[in-house]
Amino acid sequence: MSTPTSSSTAATPTPSSGGSAVLAWLFVGIPLLWGVSQTFIKALALFQ
Amino acid sequence: MANDSLLDRSRTVAGPGYNRWLVPPAALAIHLAIGQAYAFSVFNKPLGSLISGDQDHPAPGDWTLSQIGITFSIAIVLLGLSAALFGKWLERVGPRKAMLASSLCFGGGFLIASLGVSMHNIWLVYFGYGFVGGIGLGIGYISPVSTLIKWFPDRKGVATGMAIMGFGGGAMIGSPLASNLMAHFKDSAPQGVAPTFIVMGIIYLLFMQFGVWTIRVPADDWKPEGYVPNEEHSALVTTGNVSADNAIKTPQFWLLWVVLLTNVTAGIGVLETASPLIQDTFSDKYMGAGRGVTAAAAAGFVGLLSLFNLLGRFFWSSASDKIGRKPTYLLYFGLGAVLYALIPTLGHNLQLTLYVIVACLIISMYGGGFATAPAYLSDLFGKYQVGAIHGRLLTAWSTAAILGHLIVSTLSEHSKAQGLTGAAAYQSVFYTMAGVLVVGFLADLAVTAVNEKYYEKGPVTIEAGGH
Repeated sequence: MSTPTSSSTAATPTPSSGGSAVLAWLFVGIPLLWGVSQTFIKALALFQ
Repeated sequence: MANDSLLDRSRTVAGPGYNRWLVPPAALAIHLAIGQAYAFSVFNKPLGSLISGDQDHPAPGDWTLSQIGITFSIAIVLLGLSAALFGKWLERVGPRKAMLASSLCFGGGFLIASLGVSMHNIWLVYFGYGFVGGIGLGIGYISPVSTLIKWFPDRKGVATGMAIMGFGGGAMIGSPLASNLMAHFKDSAPQGVAPTFIVMGIIYLLFMQFGVWTIRVPADDWKPEGYVPNEEHSALVTTGNVSADNAIKTPQFWLLWVVLLTNVTAGIGVLETASPLIQDTFSDKYMGAGRGVTAAAAAGFVGLLSLFNLLGRFFWSSASDKIGRKPTYLLYFGLGAVLYALIPTLGHNLQLTLYVIVACLIISMYGGGFATAPAYLSDLFGKYQVGAIHGRLLTAWSTAAILGHLIVSTLSEHSKAQGLTGAAAYQSVFYTMAGVLVVGFLADLAVTAVNEKYYEKGPVTIEAGGH
């Protein structure tokens, strides 16, 4: 139902490669994996 | 001002060739940060011994656990309220400005709270972390949702699941980060709390900037390559658009409000009692000397629940793209009610492994309930003001945080006062929560397509969405 608006005419070309997406995922993925690993180590106590 | 224009929605519209897979990491940067809120309990003991310096022996002037716990409650209430209040503003100004506001509130909240800790003024902690930080939580939580739905109309559940998974993951980062920082600063300030708040405030403020400056919205006429909306997929997937103001006039909104309320209330029943629950149920008294669940193992159980909470957000929300939102929630509630009712029996029979598996499954569906909600709203009301509608729906979360705590504390304390121990002390909690889930099941069952009289007339534009 939406139609193009002034916002779409103001769009500037922002080409982005797969490489930048990989870097972006690493930026958030590394802290997340660190947090998950810390939690997993703690969870191991349940099975000891 | 130059900065204003950089923040404008028009400056965030992606041009041709933009890779939409950059948007989920931008959303995750916000949710991973604000998800720290669920790790606030890591500060309980340090904040409660600022004067005595001994976490096991608080001094007379030290803050009590109840006083400290209010901080988190304020933050969650403000999350719901600010999400509801600022949703339409977000739709108008776009995600970048909203994410920046969120980062300033959330990071700034830590800094104000640090001042409160240094001055030993709990009201300042309430104001900083609870009030200002809570506003950051609310705006941050909803800020990427509608953008993700617009970028991923073909995978709405996957996209919102990824972001909301970040909220679950945020606690996993925030808890060890805070512990390490407090250990590092323990010699320079009481319990190391005040400098930890400062450092965390700055870290989160900077980390969130990645989301602020990476986020892009698609042009209004953009569609994924080769994407054809499947109108026959479900009668519940609308072709119209409903405004936030009209959405709250529909029975569907309030049915979903009950759905979220019941899902969260029941989940809190497990999460809030997880540690004492498993220690009391599988204590030495029942398992045999030296075979009971220790405090360390109980902490492991809590960690395992956190992991399944996170995984469930992504898994169930993604599954809902395939099986539909309504059937997914019917599964949460139907299977969930059975599993909740089963828990006391497993406890009585001392079946620890099965007990843990069932609890993990329950919590995965609790997380899934959060993550599937935006896609369900988008199906029913369209993507026009889905962020604002989602914000209003989150008041159910705030309500559930209070209701769930009341149910759990009242019932378990009553059982213990009657002399019940072990699994018996908690069975009334689980049976009640099973009943709560049945209410949710009925509410979801009653959801039908939104009446076309609520649809916006004529074409809609995003900028008009906020007015």
